[in-house]
Amino acid sequence: MTDSTLLHASVSHLRQLLKDRAVSSEELTEACLKQINATNEALNAIITVCPEQALESARAADSQLAKGESKSLTGIPLLHKDIFCTRGVRTTCGSRMLEQFVPAYDATVVSKMKAEGVVMLGKCNMDEFAMGSSNETSFFGTVKNPWDLSCVPGGSSGGSAAALATGMAPLVTGTDTGGSIRQPASLCGVTGLKPTYGRVSRLGIIAFASSLDQAGPMARTAEDCALALTAMAGMDDGDSTSANLPVPDFHGALNPNLQGLRIGLPREYFNDDLNADVRARVMAALSELEKAGASLIDIDLPHSHYAIATYYVIAPAEASANLARYDGVRFGYRCEQPSDLEDLYLRSRSEGFGEEVQRRILVGTYALSAGFYDAYFNKAQQVRRVITEDFRRAFEQVDVIAGPSAPGVAFPFGAKQQDPIAMYMEDIYTLAVNLAGLPGLSTPAGLINGMPVGLQLIGKPFDEQTILNAAHRLQIDTDWHTARPNLEAITS
Amino acid sequence: MSVSPQDVEKVALLARLTISESDLPEVTERFARVLGLVDELNTIDTQDVVPMSNPHDMEQRLRPDAVTRSNEREALMASAPVQEQGYFLVPKVID
Repeated sequence: MTDSTLLHASVSHLRQLLKDRAVSSEELTEACLKQINATNEALNAIITVCPEQALESARAADSQLAKGESKSLTGIPLLHKDIFCTRGVRTTCGSRMLEQFVPAYDATVVSKMKAEGVVMLGKCNMDEFAMGSSNETSFFGTVKNPWDLSCVPGGSSGGSAAALATGMAPLVTGTDTGGSIRQPASLCGVTGLKPTYGRVSRLGIIAFASSLDQAGPMARTAEDCALALTAMAGMDDGDSTSANLPVPDFHGALNPNLQGLRIGLPREYFNDDLNADVRARVMAALSELEKAGASLIDIDLPHSHYAIATYYVIAPAEASANLARYDGVRFGYRCEQPSDLEDLYLRSRSEGFGEEVQRRILVGTYALSAGFYDAYFNKAQQVRRVITEDFRRAFEQVDVIAGPSAPGVAFPFGAKQQDPIAMYMEDIYTLAVNLAGLPGLSTPAGLINGMPVGLQLIGKPFDEQTILNAAHRLQIDTDWHTARPNLEAITS
Repeated sequence: MSVSPQDVEKVALLARLTISESDLPEVTERFARVLGLVDELNTIDTQDVVPMSNPHDMEQRLRPDAVTRSNEREALMASAPVQEQGYFLVPKVID
């Protein structure tokens, strides 16, 4: 088997190959490490690679496979976003603040996936503290989009998406606070799933906005996302917001029969502001679902317009509280020669955090400060309920809501960096899903001038299964998810 | 709502951040733009709407107050930027 076939195979296919002993986990891991070596210099998708540790886990996986004792992901190589704490492996969150931080424990997602037998290859680049939609805010430099090196990969899980699209690993993790899995999945042409808030434990995920943050998988197929979600999900005593619900076997329950499925198309998403090419790609994907037995129904989400304003109060407010812990004393960056304690705090934070992170801390602190709390934070939490109610009402009529994942394809570096608002608009179709705590998925829907576009499917709370089923059916009937960037230009 | 450079400096101090004199005009301008965006919230009537802090209105779950992990003092202290004899070191705070 050639390396190229292996590197672009789905997790489901690789599982079979490993089980049949047609390939060993060690061979597969070596192929991935070789691909990382050959392409990461051009892409900058990975911050830390752990070759010895990975090969050791791969050999352990091989001996389990030989004994027929394998778990759901035994021997599958994987890259974690560098926001997940990994015991003994540096975890930077894309920030100078955590450049030297080595956690003393594994995030629950990391330990659960380890227990299922994954082989961790390393940690992916990301926007600093997950604040960004282009990967341009990372202290470790921007990630390049493998489809066009002059363009952004999306963010904040842009390193994960780019690594996956390049064949560095068949499975990657991301987190999504306002679109950070779905938007880079769309821009890099992969499948990405943000589960329902509470489905996956947040323990050990470096906190950004605690009422919005959720971890999820990115993979080549919806089927692989289903496998990975079952491995990641579940109640955790260490996260009091994780849902006390049984975790279904999402993979075993995959059902491509869409007969009778009702898909809602919000008029507010498919309005005149929607880019015509994106509309055409998204509608082509939806008509495939219609052919498969689903019906398309126009619906209203009347307060969609307010999602951005609501998000940009709540997320910075929660971030300002979460990031207060970085004081230059217990862990993280510390300035040189502080004159007193106040100077230590001020300079450690101003030198350790990047511009976008500081901007969000300022906005959040303002929104929570005396005299402005009611006008901003309380008001935003009220509008959050109004937006969530829109979804609840819509789901009385439909089973799934569909729209674009992002307003366009990947854009050139620097195009939106000078204007925070232009950058925030990248997440116009994804933010409301986090505010309402719903599951959302992006699946490839073809190309515009050679660059990928994503279809977003939004589900009812804790109904990841239905959106996975719809994406799975789309991937049976079409081949958009198999499109790959041309890697000749980036392989060294 | 308009914001002055002095407002931004005050908020920055509350957040324990410093902004250099030369950056202040630009930081203020961008800060004001974000606030302009969120001012849109005032155009929607939310009287009697209960603020939402958890998307599923979940209650905070409590667990028994029991020791679940062993103390890992050394592993936890290892990430401290400066330490001495097992303590975090800070500049002198009392004369």
